[in-house]
Amino acid sequence: MNFTSHSDADRKQMLDAIGVGSLDELISKVIPDKFRMKGALDVPLGLREFDLTKDFKATAAMNLPAAEVISFLGGGVYDHYIPAAISHIIGRSEFYTAYTPYQAEVAQGTLQTIYEFQTMVCRLTGMDASNASHYDGATALAEGALMAVRKSGRKAVVIPVGLNPAYRQVLETYCTPTNVEVRVLKGKDGRIDLEELKKLVDGAAAVIIQHPNFFGLLEPMAEVAKIAHDAGALVVSSTYPTSLALLTPPGEWGADIATAEGQPLGVPMSFGGPYVGLFAVKKDLVRIMPGRVVARAKDKNDKDGFVLTLQTREQHIRREKATSNICTNQALIALCALTYLSLVGPDGLKRAATNSYRGAHYLAGKLTGVKGVKRLHGGEFFNEFAVELPISGLEAQKRLLEKGIFAGPTLGSWFPEHPNALLLAVTEKRQKADLDALVEGIKKVVG
Amino acid sequence: MNIPNDLLYTRDHEWLRVSGGEGSMGITDYAQGELGDIVFLDLPDVGTKVSQGKSFGSIEAVKAAADLNAPVSGEILAVNPALEHAPETINQSPYGDGWIVKIKLSTPADTANLLDPRSYAAWVEQSHGESH
Repeated sequence: MNFTSHSDADRKQMLDAIGVGSLDELISKVIPDKFRMKGALDVPLGLREFDLTKDFKATAAMNLPAAEVISFLGGGVYDHYIPAAISHIIGRSEFYTAYTPYQAEVAQGTLQTIYEFQTMVCRLTGMDASNASHYDGATALAEGALMAVRKSGRKAVVIPVGLNPAYRQVLETYCTPTNVEVRVLKGKDGRIDLEELKKLVDGAAAVIIQHPNFFGLLEPMAEVAKIAHDAGALVVSSTYPTSLALLTPPGEWGADIATAEGQPLGVPMSFGGPYVGLFAVKKDLVRIMPGRVVARAKDKNDKDGFVLTLQTREQHIRREKATSNICTNQALIALCALTYLSLVGPDGLKRAATNSYRGAHYLAGKLTGVKGVKRLHGGEFFNEFAVELPISGLEAQKRLLEKGIFAGPTLGSWFPEHPNALLLAVTEKRQKADLDALVEGIKKVVG
Repeated sequence: MNIPNDLLYTRDHEWLRVSGGEGSMGITDYAQGELGDIVFLDLPDVGTKVSQGKSFGSIEAVKAAADLNAPVSGEILAVNPALEHAPETINQSPYGDGWIVKIKLSTPADTANLLDPRSYAAWVEQSHGESH
């Protein structure tokens, strides 16, 4: 398609049609003089392309990519292996530029990838139906909470102490304008305290559970689900997808709505995004699930095809009464996750999870042998845990970075009661030498 | 267009058949024709309180969805069980087997706000003209 802008001849023709001599004359007739800006805009002059490139490179060089240090960053975003084929596949122009596949007859390829993504999300989470994805794990969780509010008509949700604090902020942003009360469990030793939950669950639309939680700990999810269900509340879970290769999936321990941050599935950490939110539900909740859904269907010749389905729930048909008007899917990043899962397969995912688990447990064992260092919480964890140091977490982090080590986020900024704590995550990419380097580094820093 | 003489109507194209303090309701022949193939209904539980003119559920066709509004205030006495597996019954028999819920009227005077068949026919004529 030719996309040439207006020519002088086009402009003259339009001006003649309305009877004005020039564009300036037109503007002076319709915008009162006192509102018109005089002189030029106060912006710098344009740069030559190679000067601009140099400028951007200098700015980019101020960043310190995780790949250039030994990274133990986690807290919701993880440095897992990303097969090189992913960027090639998602970079194909058919995928890279495609938008919402409303017109099924010209979007079969895009629709098929979304359908396969949904299938993998269901298999990972053990749920019945998935949507085409959300912006990220935080918004998926918040949509889950709003969905439970819609379902029950109740105006409160219960959240655990171990919910990612950034997720909590997003959840509060979604809940505050709609007058949904967010009740926070204090918990015990970083986990949900079942007795406290029993007291706060009354009248709640949902109990939210993150498993493993923000501190890396495994929650008593089946017990939590039972308490929630006995009180008529839905269970909305947020999980770490890689962990599902080892842990019981949410669909099997009683989650009604399962969400996850899809970043660990082949998506670069990239300074916070773009990521992809996974969202899946039990069958009886499908019609109130937000977002778009792709289904497999038969055409009139009995051939398989893919279509958007249940569209009457959605924004382009139900308008202000849609299940959600603040969501869309993340097709390209969902394709990234789909490609990752297709390439590594169930065995690869299990190896990644197992090696992450083993590395983290080796590291925890070594670190707790260092004088003055202990785990902040007891109990089981997956690939992430918090340690308490005899010095400030921020100070330790700074000094370890001088040794080329990113020693996790500090907990103090979110949890002021733990100023000396670091949250450490281990993935399959960390070798034994990396883990030993952190142990030696911490020995020196606290010694 | 079929507008039975023995029913009362709303401007939202619901009908009501009142008998001894109870009313059964559905959507009109005109409404089912405008919606097209009906595929799903979201209906309240028995015992739910409804208010005249307020939405108590929704009805979905293949390419449109609409609210179901209560023609009168009261309490849901029954929900048509056939619709869960055969929502198309509404297309086939909007005034018969395609009834949607039964309501126990809390305020019988509510019916004074409804349209008689002649007024409803005029209303349809008018809204039909506007939308075409």
